Amino acid sequence: MSAAALISIILIIYLHKTLKDSPDAPPWVRYLRFAWIPLMILSFTFESMKVRSIFDFIWIGLMLFLLSFILKRREFSNSRSLLVAVLPLAILSFITAFLNVWNFEIIEKINSYIEIAYPFAFIWLGAYLIIYRKQKKTLAKERQKLEEEERLNKVIAARKDELENLVTERTAEITKQKEELQNTLVELTATQGQLIHSEKMASLGELTAGIAHEIQNPLNFVNNFSDVNTELIAEMEEAIRQGNIEEVKAIANDIRDNNSKITHHGKRADAIVKGMLQHSRTSTGQKEPTDINALADEYLRLAYHGLRAKDKSFNTSYETHLDPQLPKINVIPQDFGRVILNLFNNAFYAVAERKKKEATGYKPNVILTTRRIRDQIEIVVADNGGGIPHNILDKIFQPFFTTKPTGQGTGLGLSLSYDIVTKGHGGNLRVETQEGEGTKFIISIPLRQNAQTQA
Amino acid sequence: MKILVVDDELDMQTLFEQRFRREIRSHEMDFAFAHSGEEALSFLKTHVHEAVLILSDINMPGMSGLELLKEIKGNFHEPPPVVMMITAYGDPENYNQAIKLGADDFLTKPIDFTVLKDKLKSIH
Ligand SMILES: Nc1ncnc2c1ncn2[C@@H]1O[C@H](COP(=O)(O)OP(=O)(O)OP(=O)(O)O)[C@@H](O)[C@H]1O
Ligand SMILES: [Mg+2]
Repeated sequence: MSAAALISIILIIYLHKTLKDSPDAPPWVRYLRFAWIPLMILSFTFESMKVRSIFDFIWIGLMLFLLSFILKRREFSNSRSLLVAVLPLAILSFITAFLNVWNFEIIEKINSYIEIAYPFAFIWLGAYLIIYRKQKKTLAKERQKLEEEERLNKVIAARKDELENLVTERTAEITKQKEELQNTLVELTATQGQLIHSEKMASLGELTAGIAHEIQNPLNFVNNFSDVNTELIAEMEEAIRQGNIEEVKAIANDIRDNNSKITHHGKRADAIVKGMLQHSRTSTGQKEPTDINALADEYLRLAYHGLRAKDKSFNTSYETHLDPQLPKINVIPQDFGRVILNLFNNAFYAVAERKKKEATGYKPNVILTTRRIRDQIEIVVADNGGGIPHNILDKIFQPFFTTKPTGQGTGLGLSLSYDIVTKGHGGNLRVETQEGEGTKFIISIPLRQNAQTQA
Repeated sequence: MKILVVDDELDMQTLFEQRFRREIRSHEMDFAFAHSGEEALSFLKTHVHEAVLILSDINMPGMSGLELLKEIKGNFHEPPPVVMMITAYGDPENYNQAIKLGADDFLTKPIDFTVLKDKLKSIH
């Protein structure tokens, strides 16, 4: 078999193997699968014929065609070494074919050299094929690795996309939640405002009975004293008629005294009405120099009479220990009045509750004390009620914490009071209590930052 | 006759002294004043032998007028002193309780002094 035939067969097998899966391969490639069989047969048939040299050219032609085809296709771009492998054999077969055409003496000689060169060319081909196979294997491995990497990259990219989507989704969710929370906050603030307002109205409701009582009393005095004065004037006229100057003078004195009583009680009623209006108005937020003794005393009476009017069986004594030297301090009167009122209401409630439990021998008492301690003033509301149990002591300043039966207390009293004293006035509100002994609430307001120190 | 007026309003004293100036001057009536139930009780203890009529407010801090009434009617010598209750709240609850506890009369504020004067004189 000629070398060109062999190379052609090798090339055909190789070509078929490489191109059979390629989508754009020419259609005839499919038929190459078994092409080597007829080619082999043909090759052996030609071999036995005398016209062999002519067929050699056919083989060479086929070989050249295949080589040029392989060179053009990009599928073989990395297998140029195959060409190098077949090159020596191809050249040899070329030369042999040409030499066979001319039958010269020297050619015989050259031919014998060429015959010797053939094995080397075969060895070359074999070696190259082995190297080529190895190369192909490594290449395939590398390609596989690359493909694997690419696949991984794709997976990672997909994951990344997924994660990014997730993040956008979550961000949207969080933004939505944030907006919802903000809305809730706005609603809550509004509700809080309403609650504070209704708490004020509730405490005002508690006050009305006390206010009615507190106004009725001075008005009674006003009426009674002016009636007395009318009488006295009649008596005075009588005395004048009698010429009793001493008596006239005495009566005139009494009339003057009574008149100052009328003025006093008139002012008392006036102050209560003003205080009530002030309590119901929304706070101006304006601090004014305030006589704490007068303010506290007034609210003590209002709270007491308010409870009395509501519950006829309620009764307690109260005492005041007011420091007459107490300087006026700058407070927001409406707010501060509320604080004091809340403390009195709590104190009266506590003693009333205790009295319900301990029928005899218990004397309920509430004590209001004002005093100056160095650079601050203290307002103390003390009661001898049941005291505050240890386990709830840290909760009493929380909004809505109440031990009153449902519907009776908002639980806002102390929390509002705490805010007003601390945030509103830079002061402090603290509690001292002993179970079974009583409770003391102490408001302290610093004088210094208050700036208003003259009495 | 000695009349004890019990009221936590201090000006009640001035008012009574003015209103009954003639009676006081003529010693027809003699007034004493207490500003709480407790004070009234200690006064009564030290003035056991004087004929006493008591005019008491109901609504006072500490011992209320009703408690005072109960004490007087329960613990004092026979015959117990006459007790008239005066209240700012003319409600039936207070009235019923006062009568149950043995109050001799029941007046509401503002006090009508003409009526009061007549009542006191009729007891006299
Ligand atoms: N002087 C006191 N003695 C005993 N317990 C008290 C006293 N003051 C407050 N407390 C306790 O603290 C709780 C909270 O008081 P806070 O004034 O805030 O609400 P409240 O009085 O229950 O309700 P509201 O003030 O609306 O009527 C009370 O329910 C009570 O248990
Ligand atoms: Mg309260």
